[in-house]
This record gives sequence, structure tokens and C-alpha cells, in this order.
Amino acid sequence: MKLDKQLLLDMYGRMLRIRKFELKVEELHLRGILPGLKHLYIGEEAVAVGVTFNLREDDYIGSTHRGHGHLIAKGGDVKIIMAELYGKKTGYCKGKGGSMHIADINIGILGANGIVAANIPIVGGAALSAKLRGTDQVAVSFFGDGGANEGMFHEGVNLASVWKLPAIFICENNQYAISTSQSKATAIPNIADRAKSYGIPGFTVDGMDVLAVYEITGEAVARAREGKGPTLVECKTYRFKGHYVGEGSRELSYRSREELKKCQEKCPIQKFKWTLTKEGILTEGLAEKINRQIDKELEEAIKFAEESPYPSPEDALEDLFFEEET
Amino acid sequence: MREITYAEAAIEAIGEEMEKDDKIFYMGEDVGRFGGSYGTTKGLWERFGDDRVKDTPMSEAAIVGYGLGAAITGMRPVVEIMFVDLLCLAMDQIVNQVAKIHYMFGGKAKVPLVIRVPFGGLRRAAGQHSQHLEAWFLHTPGLKIVVPSDPYHVKGLLKTAIRENNPVMCLEHILLYQIRGGVPEGDYTLPIGKAQIKREGKDVTVVSYSLMLHRCLSVAEKLHKQGIEVEVIDLGSLHPLDMETVVASVKKTNRVAIVHQACLTGGVGAEVGIRITEAAFDYLDAPVKRIAARDVPVPFSPVLEDFVVPTEERIEGEIKGML
Repeated sequence: MKLDKQLLLDMYGRMLRIRKFELKVEELHLRGILPGLKHLYIGEEAVAVGVTFNLREDDYIGSTHRGHGHLIAKGGDVKIIMAELYGKKTGYCKGKGGSMHIADINIGILGANGIVAANIPIVGGAALSAKLRGTDQVAVSFFGDGGANEGMFHEGVNLASVWKLPAIFICENNQYAISTSQSKATAIPNIADRAKSYGIPGFTVDGMDVLAVYEITGEAVARAREGKGPTLVECKTYRFKGHYVGEGSRELSYRSREELKKCQEKCPIQKFKWTLTKEGILTEGLAEKINRQIDKELEEAIKFAEESPYPSPEDALEDLFFEEET
Repeated sequence: MREITYAEAAIEAIGEEMEKDDKIFYMGEDVGRFGGSYGTTKGLWERFGDDRVKDTPMSEAAIVGYGLGAAITGMRPVVEIMFVDLLCLAMDQIVNQVAKIHYMFGGKAKVPLVIRVPFGGLRRAAGQHSQHLEAWFLHTPGLKIVVPSDPYHVKGLLKTAIRENNPVMCLEHILLYQIRGGVPEGDYTLPIGKAQIKREGKDVTVVSYSLMLHRCLSVAEKLHKQGIEVEVIDLGSLHPLDMETVVASVKKTNRVAIVHQACLTGGVGAEVGIRITEAAFDYLDAPVKRIAARDVPVPFSPVLEDFVVPTEERIEGEIKGML
């Protein structure tokens, strides 16, 4: 696949932005600054970026509890995401959603979602909506290997298949549903094999290889836009950190240090950096420039979040229902 | 005024709205050519075709979830779940998603979604096809709930629900579908959250909704012949609750009973009752009374079900005991 150099650099930059954002979130959380639950996307960046770089702004995504990466990849503003993580009024949800519910419908982000697999039917509905409105928008659902065992996966994928909807189902198989390994939860090695039972194409791809993800989902997006129905893509990836920030050494109850080390060596960003460097697209100087640019953005995001006001306590009573402007 | 059935009035509301707004579509199990298990959609498929009246697989979570996804991306879906009992299969989508999305997203998503749900016991259908689960949804902030009790109200409330930019559940008692009543032709709407005084009286207020309202009206007529004047209120909506109408009535009669077909504990009666106590304690000459189904799963045998669900005799006896 011959790709534009700038596109490749943008992909690299986007992956790095996700990584550095997440490292910042981890640090701020462990310092006791960010309240609540955080699930980091570190290690899985190639999936979100490889997928969303095939999408237009008006295409839809449905995200998960581990959603920061999807939001940033789809064009979410790190300042407004960070403000939400701080619980500030300037955040995407005005402090009402937090990490697991960030949404920006204007750019097609139909929400992170705290319930595993719940976005699958919602994304199916967005795909149905696109079809009924006669647009060529597509809708992408992200979910994990854990989500693939929920009933909503079956209901959601089956209906998209029978109605031939412009949906793409991305299973981010990071090997663990919290502490339960895929081998203990699923009797088949590849989640994508389930596509056969819905009569749709299914592919298993190396989720640590951004270009492989980009290529296969590009085909799935094209099929969806042409009215040829949904595709199930399984991206084999790995979660470098615990299920949530603060899991600490408990993760050693379900995976060994050796396994962690071995998998972390397959870092998707490092791997892509080598490829781009080898091909002369990325130089050390350029890499440093991208790095500094991201650091500056994150610094500004944290400053924005810290300086933003909290909502007033009574704001908790607003937004229960949409009220027509009078 | 012409008289039509409850089912016909509901279909008329949906059909008229669909004619006016092509963003509205309908989906559920057996709602197309079959016309709905209880005739809830008869004739709509013939008028609007496959694209707008969609038969789904038996996938309740997908029905509600797809409705939600379509609602937040520019469509105005009306989805049907064949029985309220089957909503248990879609509880995540209703409670965690539909009810919360507008709030959790900081007010940035509109959810113009109607969930139409036939429900109700006394059809000898036993524990999994006879429930009254409305209190669960009353206990879930973010949902509007209507419980129309006659053809006039189901048409007017469904039209309002379809035009709302918020999720509305419309719970329709299956035994009401064939009752007839006066319904204006053409367009009219009724407000969600407004109770109706169905019969005026000075001795005791009875608050009810859906099928049980009809039993209460029948009891009120019997008691009238015995010199007892019962004021009967149809709540019409469970969220918002029109406590203003209820409390004003209680201040007049000083006695109140709430009657419902759902079981007693944690039911609508508990909520309405405590709100009455908070608002009008000094006006009460007797404790607030709840007349409800007994706290067991709905049993099959008619002998058993009739013991569990409030009968007219039981309602009559309980009301007399309050005077």
C-alpha cells in the first residue's frame, strides 16, 4: 500500500498523542488529582488510529469504557476531554459524564460507554439512520474480546447483517476481559470467525500494526459505503497497563511479568516509528518536533482544565431532559 | 364524536405523525405485515412499507439500542417491545443508555425516541406475560412515562410522545385495546404529566391509571348508589407525576386511595402516597391507602390471579373501610 507521507506522519502523531495523553492521565490520577475510574488505552493505539483514519468527520463511532484513544483518534479535543476528566464545567459533558461517557455528536462520537458491548446496538442504529436518510455515512463500533461475549454483540451484529447496514464492528482483542483471558472465555481462537455465523466478512489482523489495521478497515469502510453491509474486524492487541489505573500489582494474578515484557516489546508506536525512520519519512529531528508539539498541547490541555471552573452543585439538576427553547 | 377502539386510536396517532414527518419510523417484533401481536400496528406496513415499518428479529436489546442510535443521529423512531416483561431483555439499553444519554452527555444529545409497550395481567398469561413493571422506570430518572387509559388519551398522548425530543415510554394495557371511546378525527395532542379528574366526588379520592382506572370508575358508580361520592383521578402519566391535581383533590376529600395492578411493595402507590403525605398531611382524615396486587408473581389459574389483582369487590371494600 503506497500512502501519502503526511498521512503516515499524521497517523504517527495521533498515536503518540494518545499515548502521551494516557500517560499524563495515569500520572494525574495516581497523584490524586483526577477523580474516578480511568481505563488506559496504552498499547492499543494502532487500532483506534488505523480505523478512524478511514473515517470522515460525519461518520460515527461508538466507544467503550477504554475510550480516550477512540475519542482522540476521531478528532476529539484533548483540552475538552481533559477538562471532563477533571470534572469541570468546560468538559465535553459539563462534568456529568467523566471518562466513560465522553461524547461529541457533532464529530460523530456517539459516546464512550461504561457498559461493555452496549454501543454495538447504538452504532447499529446510527448505521440504520444513515441508510434511512440516504447518506453514505458509516458507523463503527469498538468493543473488546470481553464485549464479544455479551448478548448485545449477537443482537447488534445480527441485525446489522440482516439489514445490510453500513456498520463496521471492530473487536479490540487485548486478550483480557479484566482478569479473564480470552482462552478461558471463548472456545475459538479468533473472534472474527464468528462473522461466518452472521453471513458477513470477518478478518483477524495484527492490531499492533497500524497500517495493517488501516488497510483492512479501509476495505470494510468501502464495503459499507457501497451498501454491501457490515464487516467484523478483530484486531489482536495488548493492554500494556492494568484494567484500570490503580490496579497495581493485582495484574500479576492473571498475567506474568514475562508476558507483559514480551508484549510491551511489540509497542505499536515504536514499531511504526522504526518503519517510518527506515523509509526516510521520519527523521530524529522531525520526531522530536512532533514530540514537543504534543507535550505543548497536553500542557495547554492541563492548564485549561485546571483553570476551568467546576460546575455549580445545582447544575446536577440540569440536563435531565431536553427542553425546547421558548 | 365517532367512537373507535384504543388500538385504532393509537394506530391513527402513529399514522398521522408518520405522514407528516418522514424521520419517523416504527420497528419491533411482528409489527409489519402481521400488524402487531395485539393489532398494535394494523395497516401501517401497508401504508408505509418495509423501510418505515420494520419487523425485527427477537432481539429486544437491539430494538431499543438501534432506536436510540437512530434517535441521536437524526431520526425519530417509535419502537415496540411486545410485552413489558420482555423489556427485561433490554434493561441495559433503557436504564443505562436511553434514560441517561442526554444527561451524561451534558445535554448535548437529543433522544426523540418512543418505546411503546403493551403490558398487563388478567389475561391468564401467568408470571412472565402479566407484569406491571412501571415503577422500575419511575425509579429511573430520564424517562417520561405515559399510561393512557382510553382511546382519546392514547391518541393525544402518543402524538405528543412522538413529537417530544426526549425518550417516552408508552405503556398500553392489552385489555384496553378493544375498548371503544370517542376520538376526534385529525390532529390534537394532550400534555404529558397532566392527570384528569374522571369523576367528581367529595368523600374520598381514588387515584389510578390504565386498566384499574376502569374498575375504580365502576366502583365509584356502585358507591354513589350507596350515598358515597368518590372522586376518581386518572394519572395518565407516571413521569412527570401531576401531584398538583392529586393534592388539590385530597385537600377537598381528606381521604385517598391509590389503586394499581402492579404489586404493592415499591409501587407507584408508594411514591404517590408519600408525596400526598408530604404535601397534605394536615388534610388527611385517614391514612393513605394503597390497593394493589399482592406481592407474588402473577399466578396462572383464574382463581389465583383474581385473588392477587384488585377486584372491584376488594376496591369497594377497602374504600368503605376508610370512611
